[in-house]
Amino acid sequence: MDRVLQSKINRRLTKDSAMKWLFGAVVAAVLGITFFLFYGIGADGVGRLNLSFFTNFGSRFPEKAGIKAALVGTLALMAVVIPVSMFLGLCSAIYLEEYAKKNKWTAFIEMNISNLAGVPSVVFGLLGLTVFVRALLLGNSILAAGLTMSLLILPIIIVASQEALRSVPDTLREASYGMGATKWQTIIHVILPSATGSILTGSILSFSRAIGETAPLIVLGIPVIVQFLPTGPLSTFTALPMQIYDWAKRPQPEFADAASAGIIVLMVLLITMNGFAIYFRNRSEKKLKS
Amino acid sequence: MTSIKPTEKLRTRDVIAAAKKNEKFGKIIPHLLLAVTSVTVLATFGIIYTLLKETFIFFQEVKITDFIFGTEWAPFSNADQAFGVLPLITGTLKIAGVALLIGVPFGLACAIFLSEYATPKIKKFIKPIIELLAGIPTIVYGFFALTVVTPWLQSFIPQLKLFNALSAGIVVGIMILPMIISLSEDALSAVPASFREGSYALGSTRFETAIKVVFPAAISGIAASIILAASRAVGETMIVSLAAGSTPVFNMDFTGSIQTMTSYIVQVATGDAGYGTTIYYSIYAVGFMLFLFTFLMNRAALYIKTKFREEY
Repeated sequence: MDRVLQSKINRRLTKDSAMKWLFGAVVAAVLGITFFLFYGIGADGVGRLNLSFFTNFGSRFPEKAGIKAALVGTLALMAVVIPVSMFLGLCSAIYLEEYAKKNKWTAFIEMNISNLAGVPSVVFGLLGLTVFVRALLLGNSILAAGLTMSLLILPIIIVASQEALRSVPDTLREASYGMGATKWQTIIHVILPSATGSILTGSILSFSRAIGETAPLIVLGIPVIVQFLPTGPLSTFTALPMQIYDWAKRPQPEFADAASAGIIVLMVLLITMNGFAIYFRNRSEKKLKS
Repeated sequence: MTSIKPTEKLRTRDVIAAAKKNEKFGKIIPHLLLAVTSVTVLATFGIIYTLLKETFIFFQEVKITDFIFGTEWAPFSNADQAFGVLPLITGTLKIAGVALLIGVPFGLACAIFLSEYATPKIKKFIKPIIELLAGIPTIVYGFFALTVVTPWLQSFIPQLKLFNALSAGIVVGIMILPMIISLSEDALSAVPASFREGSYALGSTRFETAIKVVFPAAISGIAASIILAASRAVGETMIVSLAAGSTPVFNMDFTGSIQTMTSYIVQVATGDAGYGTTIYYSIYAVGFMLFLFTFLMNRAALYIKTKFREEY
């Protein structure tokens, strides 16, 4: 009897430790895939990363093709996206967290935000094409693309900022009211400064999403080979992911190398931004603890 | 905003006037903020309105039944142009199917490992890598599918074409992994420790506790994460545009070129179809289908998460 029980227990324990290793192996596999992904792309592109890659415009000849216009275009795009999306996102978050009453209208707005967050990016492209490019006659300009991208990342910024505002302890609000500050003064001088770290973390992550998005730009009709730098918000431009997409589609292997090199530049940009986001997160976590 | 300079000699009258001005100002603020917040509502309605409006024009040229039930999608054919959307839906489902086949088992295994087995130290090492995976743009995944995964798969599936559903689907599966992992792990971690302790006290092993106690208790959150991931797979554009080809076919072949709803929109947008042609309007009809699919899935996920959530 004892032996039967013992062997049953042993079998269960063996299964337990086997499953532990299996789960661990799956995690290791996922990490391996991540490494493989970066290595597979990075190895081909490193050779193309020289100064002329950054100073040349796009070209039909793979060895001459560079990312000057694309890199400047992406930075110009962000110059529109960051202020527009931050303004819209912060105002919405402040309204929803600090002012909105719990009624149907507020619930409706919140539902809209969660719906908007799930809309595929290519559909935002269709919205931008109809509204900004055609109806408002902005053409395939930096402004049109910037506004489209701002709407795309707006739900992420709102939700992240809402969480940041919510995490500010009520004692700070009460102390501020106790000093005779109005609600708006409290928001501007007390709540926002103490939520800045977490707001920045969420926003930076959403900006990096906007930098990497390609589908909306394609639908907006953003051109690929651009031989000039943008001159203003209404100027045509191209962006890093568009340039990578174009190179990746071409059959010549030399263009694939250029695409790899472009991806390295894009990923370095994104990882740097992620680094900043993590820095701000750690700083704000420390601040709240002390 | 009016504030009183500390150097001035305070007069009660001025203080009251300043407070009154502040009060007036404070009353306009919420209205201004509400106006800005309405942009999100406007955006949603803008999307629905533009899609519906152009789709309506499309259906004046193509019969709606031909669109929904048609098995041939040949918009660029001069002789017999056909707008039957089923091939695009088949393509989309193929990608989503393969993606879930990869993403769900791998994602859930990772989630269970992170929430039930991993020590805080291991967690601290793995989490940033998963976040990194989540931050990779889909164009990068697409390039990975085309230049790394497809050649690798071809080494043991010789009949695999350069553009195929299998490789794109696998990479979409990798793309949705972080989403399944983090949402499912949240759901698993939310199960109270007392459940686990009760199970251990009855003599269960860690694995039995994870599978028979914690997993069922978190099932609503896990199901929601899977549906959300499926919705992401359906809406995924760049991986399929780069790696899955652009041949709308109505079959069950995973080794050949296919076309999804999203990659059709990209194909038209990169081509030279003129404004106002039937092809131009067709991307809105396809976009509307896509919107409907993802909208319903996202709603379903939210519904399951809130309706079947077990309160502890």
